Amino acid sequence: MLANFGFGALLLAFVISLYGIGAAIFGARKNSLAWVESARAAMLLTFPLITLTALALVTLLVRGDYQVQYVYNVTSSTMPLYLKITALWGGQAGSLLFWSWLLAAFASAVMLRRWDRDREFQPWVIAVSLVTLAFFLGMSVFLENPFERFWQTAGGQQVVALFQPAGALAVSPPDGRGLNPLLRHPGMIIHPPMLYLGFVSFVIPFAFGIAALITGRSDDRWIRVTRRWTLVAWLFLSLGLILGSRWAYDVLGWGGYWAWDPVEIAALNPWISGTAFLHSVMIQEKKGMFKRWNMILIILTFLLVILGTFLTRSGVLTSVHAFAQSAIGPLFFTFIALSAAISLGLLLWRWNEFRDEGQMTSLLSREALFLVNNLLFMGLLAVCFWGMIYPLISELFTGQKVTVGPPFYERATGPLWVALLALMGIAPLSAWGHSTAKTLGKALWLPALASLAAVGAVFASGVRSPWALAGFGLVALVVTVTLYDYIRGVRARMRSTGESPFVALWRLVGRYRRRYGGYIVHLGVVMMALGVIGIEMFQTETQGTLQRGESLRLGRYEVTFRSLAIFDTEDGRNVARAVMAVSRDGQPVGELYPRRDFYFDSGQPMTIPGLRSTMEDDVYILLVDWEPISTENATFKIYVNPLVNWLWLGGMVFIVGMMVAAWPSKEPELDERRAARRAAVKVAAVGD
Amino acid sequence: MDKSVWSNQKRRAVWAAGWVLLLLMAAAWGAVGQVSAQSEPPTDDDVNAVAKELYCPVCENIPLDVCGTQACAQWRDLIREKLAEGWTREQIEEYFALHYGDRVLAEPPRRGLNWLVYVLPLATLLVGGVIVAQTLRRTRRKPAAPAAAAAEVDPAADPYLAEIEKELRQRPE
Repeated sequence: MLANFGFGALLLAFVISLYGIGAAIFGARKNSLAWVESARAAMLLTFPLITLTALALVTLLVRGDYQVQYVYNVTSSTMPLYLKITALWGGQAGSLLFWSWLLAAFASAVMLRRWDRDREFQPWVIAVSLVTLAFFLGMSVFLENPFERFWQTAGGQQVVALFQPAGALAVSPPDGRGLNPLLRHPGMIIHPPMLYLGFVSFVIPFAFGIAALITGRSDDRWIRVTRRWTLVAWLFLSLGLILGSRWAYDVLGWGGYWAWDPVEIAALNPWISGTAFLHSVMIQEKKGMFKRWNMILIILTFLLVILGTFLTRSGVLTSVHAFAQSAIGPLFFTFIALSAAISLGLLLWRWNEFRDEGQMTSLLSREALFLVNNLLFMGLLAVCFWGMIYPLISELFTGQKVTVGPPFYERATGPLWVALLALMGIAPLSAWGHSTAKTLGKALWLPALASLAAVGAVFASGVRSPWALAGFGLVALVVTVTLYDYIRGVRARMRSTGESPFVALWRLVGRYRRRYGGYIVHLGVVMMALGVIGIEMFQTETQGTLQRGESLRLGRYEVTFRSLAIFDTEDGRNVARAVMAVSRDGQPVGELYPRRDFYFDSGQPMTIPGLRSTMEDDVYILLVDWEPISTENATFKIYVNPLVNWLWLGGMVFIVGMMVAAWPSKEPELDERRAARRAAVKVAAVGD
Repeated sequence: MDKSVWSNQKRRAVWAAGWVLLLLMAAAWGAVGQVSAQSEPPTDDDVNAVAKELYCPVCENIPLDVCGTQACAQWRDLIREKLAEGWTREQIEEYFALHYGDRVLAEPPRRGLNWLVYVLPLATLLVGGVIVAQTLRRTRRKPAAPAAAAAEVDPAADPYLAEIEKELRQRPE
């Protein structure tokens, strides 16, 4: 009953979104406000409808209605309530519904803004959002329906169908299969929604971009309107990636946080193009340049978002055969191909209208360096995209499966990351429009000196790897440059207003949120870079089998095997848990409890590391194997991961910076005034 | 004369003996090395060092050193056996690739179609580089006046800071 209700609401939302597309396009063509208003109402109506659908599914999940196939697949009676609720995005059908729900929420929120100055965009923004929404809803209605149920036909056959086949009886399994244990982790509960929030919010700037193309409004209005959406999208996407890494570190038990797995890369790709977009739009806002390029970037980001949504949950990346078998694969690719063709077609159609207004005046200007930044990001994207997609191509054309693993990505992206770090050190010192080697050199020599001093200090402490030294040097450069920029701004305020340093800092950041928030993001990035350098270059590991009381040494750590207990838990696990005493330089620093959980319902094991984290290094112990009966000996793997905590701390700083940059400003007119002033200057220049 | 002949022969003999001794020592050294390589079983770390670079033939994208399945434990034992027999890492990788396909290697072997994955990113970067270079070159040709203006810019007078100061003067808080 509830399943039918949920499906009804879903179907209604689908039909209404189809109507909305038609009404929006018709209204725009006929210039009829009434039709556009009707389309807007349709857009707004999808959200409550999909909310009802999602609530119906959540109720089924919580109630444990195992006749519903999705509920059977992702929950079991032993799972706690919060996991039953979050199982909404624990499988593919639920994920797609969740995606639609988020998109409906965001697109509705956009509908509630003031449109007086962008009337001409509105129907097209509605159309683009609703086309995307209708595509996802269509998937849910026709192919990945989360409300399908088990039935037994009169002939005794068990079938899965939405509605009761004639003469069939409902079949309700006594218990569900339960959520994949790997997904039963706080990181994994928050990680997909964050990623999806990021994915979905990128649809909004894309919709405005397409609206700008269709209406031929070639100023930077579409970028200004969606600036905050872009920042929010990027914030959530970054948060999703960071949480995903943390989850991998805590749960997957291989001692690292990023394995260059195709599924990870599918989520990283839109982040890369989105980051390039985020930087590149600033050139258009300031100089009226790169209009076409920005359009290409947002189109690319949208396509990668759709591709990423599809790839992360479909299992296609494991094999082309999985793709051929899945019904949604070909549809997704058709949608992506059509979106690409239509958007790029529109761009070509408007190619001449979207000509650059300004031009480069110096090779070292901020805009020139941003261009280099974009080049580096595109290089990263090329590596990641091809690395991700190539195994499929290979299997398709040669029948040979191949793996593109970490060595490939590390070698190919390493130099690009290093170059990006260097750019982060230099670019903030260059000015918009004109910078010469002389002005840049004058600003750069002090931070460069500080960075050399840092390299010297690191070298003196015994590090000899040139890559690590370069990395540490660049980190120091970025930190000095960023602090230097803050100090300059604070000083300027103090000089002219006589404020105290703290007040000056507060007001400075408050007034130029994007600039100073952006610099906090840069600081976060270099802190993360420290963590990455630490674990990538200085990780050590050892493995050994120990009798009780024996110990294993690794670097400054000594780990002693005390005992091992094996027991069943009430929530359906068999747990093997070891007690390990850890000492550092001979000083005891505590106990760690690496364990192996075996989930009865899904038959899957899960390795949870014993972890001790400090800012200097992490000691990370895995229980690999043990003597089952006597528990007298067990095999352990130990990693020491230097500096990796900086990665998580940097991640938090990064997020704080993003929030500063994206925080709604009390003075929205400030931008407008600046834009007006620039326009006035331009007019004056033309007058000259 | 006799003496010198003898001493010549003696010298040659000593040299020869020296060479033989050296060869023997080298051989013994090698043999000892061989023996010690065979007598000391490979440690878990030796096995992991090889397994790290190989991928589980049945699971997706999981290196052999961390894979938790029974099959992978057996493959690690296989690596241990081969190491004990004195195989090198390359030989073991080759053996795995031969038996389980190229997918066990961490990177596609550089041949045939596989070159695509190595060449395409580089090509993209190159094409991008050319486009960026051309954009920048267009810049260089045009700006006679702005370049002159840039030269006069005082680095201390950052236009951005000037903007801040101007704004502050306009609306004192």
